Amino acid sequence: MLEIKNLHASIDGKEILRGVDLVVPTGEVHAIMGPNGSGKSTLSYVLAGRDGYDVTDGEIIFDGQNIVETPAEERAAAGVFLAFQYPLEIPGVATMTFLKAALNAQRKARGEDELTTPDFMRRVKAASEKLNVTQEMLRRPLNVGFSGGEKKRNEILQMALLEPKLAILDETDSGLDIDALRIVSEGVNALRSPDRSMLVITHYQRLLDHIVPDKVHVMSAGRIVRTGGPELALELEAKGYADYAGEPA
Amino acid sequence: MPAIQETVDQVRQIDVDQYKYGFVTDIESERAPKGLSEDIVRFISAKKNEPEWMLEWRLDAYRRWLTMTEPAWSRVQYPKIDFDDLYYYSAPKSTSGPKSLDEVDPELLAMYEKLGIPLREREILAGVEGASDRRVAVDAVFDSVSVVTTFKEELKKAGVIFCAISEAIREYPEIVKKYLGSVVPVTDNFYATLNSAVFSDGSFVYIPEGVRCPMELSTYFRINERNTGQFERTLIIAEKGAYVSYLEGCTAPMRDENQLHAAVVELVALEDAEIKYSTVQNWYPGDKDGKGGIYNFVTKRGDCRGDRSKISWTQVETGSAITWKYPSCILRGDDSQGEFYSIAVSNGYQQVDSGTKMLHLGKNTKSRIISKGIAAGRSDNTYRGLVSAHRKASGARNFTNCDSLLIGDKCGAHTVPYIESKNASAVFEHEATTSKIADDQLFYCLQRGLSSEEAVALIVNGFVKDVIQQLPMEFAVEAQKLISISLEGSVG
Repeated sequence: MLEIKNLHASIDGKEILRGVDLVVPTGEVHAIMGPNGSGKSTLSYVLAGRDGYDVTDGEIIFDGQNIVETPAEERAAAGVFLAFQYPLEIPGVATMTFLKAALNAQRKARGEDELTTPDFMRRVKAASEKLNVTQEMLRRPLNVGFSGGEKKRNEILQMALLEPKLAILDETDSGLDIDALRIVSEGVNALRSPDRSMLVITHYQRLLDHIVPDKVHVMSAGRIVRTGGPELALELEAKGYADYAGEPA
Repeated sequence: MPAIQETVDQVRQIDVDQYKYGFVTDIESERAPKGLSEDIVRFISAKKNEPEWMLEWRLDAYRRWLTMTEPAWSRVQYPKIDFDDLYYYSAPKSTSGPKSLDEVDPELLAMYEKLGIPLREREILAGVEGASDRRVAVDAVFDSVSVVTTFKEELKKAGVIFCAISEAIREYPEIVKKYLGSVVPVTDNFYATLNSAVFSDGSFVYIPEGVRCPMELSTYFRINERNTGQFERTLIIAEKGAYVSYLEGCTAPMRDENQLHAAVVELVALEDAEIKYSTVQNWYPGDKDGKGGIYNFVTKRGDCRGDRSKISWTQVETGSAITWKYPSCILRGDDSQGEFYSIAVSNGYQQVDSGTKMLHLGKNTKSRIISKGIAAGRSDNTYRGLVSAHRKASGARNFTNCDSLLIGDKCGAHTVPYIESKNASAVFEHEATTSKIADDQLFYCLQRGLSSEEAVALIVNGFVKDVIQQLPMEFAVEAQKLISISLEGSVG
């Protein structure tokens, strides 16, 4: 599904990713852990195709294609989804309107028909109920005045509707209390599927109690420095990142 | 390349030459010779079969105009206008009013179609009964002469007068004499005085006491004659307890030369009356190098003359090379209310200096200003507004909200609020924000699969939502489309 080879990327001339190698097979959930500044969020932006990052070397093979040069919206339509650490607000645009615009834009890009409104409503209703997202919330402007938990639930709702092949979850646990964490994790677990890969980026082990990964990678100074099973996360929790401080990114 | 840089580059590439409504119909026109003189004023008056008093009124305005100079205080720049190099009157040749649609020039009907006059309104023009309960009467102004007026009979039944101002001058001289120039005096400003001398046509609306106008009144203006100044004159009077909603929409064909447009609109609301005036303005903005385009120097003012009266201005301004326009309210009656809702979009080399004046004279008068400016390309977008309270205006209240949105880094947004209060009990609130479409906001949309063009349209539509909601249904959809078209190519 996803194969990253020797990925180097910099922003404003400063190299952040220094040769990332990573393989996430179809249907697997991998976690990336690491200290602050190790390049975890940069990796998520580079994978999603954000402007401003220069990929100076290496490849991102997604679904058999190198997508390094592919614009962000085309990657999205191809099935790359990023759940943002800090979801953006769009004043005046109802959440429902945004969901519909996004879903139909992706369908259009893939040459599929736009969804009819009743079809769309049915899908939103089914997905939102599981995530405890109310109709009232869907009518509010996108993320405006949403609590931390509401924003993250809204991200997972979008993921559920857009049905990506690869979901990247960037610090999805940040700013969540224990109840919100449970709801969000259940939402994510419900979306685990043999056809879908996930890359869960987190600083803390606690999210991985809820979303149990197939593999855990440790990132430090712009590289994957260690890979192991779920038990690696527990080890990190106990010992901290001191062993992986490396050179500052 | 950062998204915003991309936005900037794409804005630069915008091809305003592909102005959607840039076509010219060749209906022969009859026009006065170039330049302005007492003879031209007499010519216009004679063409309109005007009574002597109207001619005198015009001549008086003309003589005063000769002593005035062009205002220079606004934040717009343009080459000096040679007023002797303009035509001041032009009319399609067949000036006798058509009795039925068959008599209407087929080219004109084709033009309505090109203009995308909403299907339902075209049906009305064609005399087709719509299924909808709500109806619109269209008084179509083609260059300077009203060609088609519909629904006249039904309006007449309600006692509503809706006709060309030239007709009103002949048919209802007493009403016209009483109100014309009573809100915008002949000597109000350079362009209003010019308009008073040479106005060729426009609409007249009179709603009698206690009558709620049974339909939305709508007019389409179109400038079609090379080098012809358009001097529309509109007068709307709502008697005690009357209500009317008036819609004005504009498009113009493409031109090399700049075209001067100096309209005057006067609204009078008597006791408990309400007037809602909505505008969608989409005149030719000039080409991608800033050449051509309409100069839109307009004076619009409403007088809340009676107690508890209300006047509401809503405008969506996307066209014109230069817009100089301040729809205002004189809150004379006690407890009267004024509102101004505005969306001004500028792209390319457009310059907008627009806003409002809320003059609180009566007690417990209220006003509300919501202005949304969107600047892209190399355009300049200024909000200029005055809120004042007379010393007798105890309990006056104003709320002002001016938001500006910038797309790219070659454009400018400016807010120039003037606040004058001579009464200690007046409460005026002013809020203003300026924002840019942020890189991360765009990226968020792109990541969800929207193109950058769709993303900008979505963000902009969210930004202007408060004002769009104020528009009558007929215009809301059209206006949203127009805003997207105006910003087309600004990204994506």
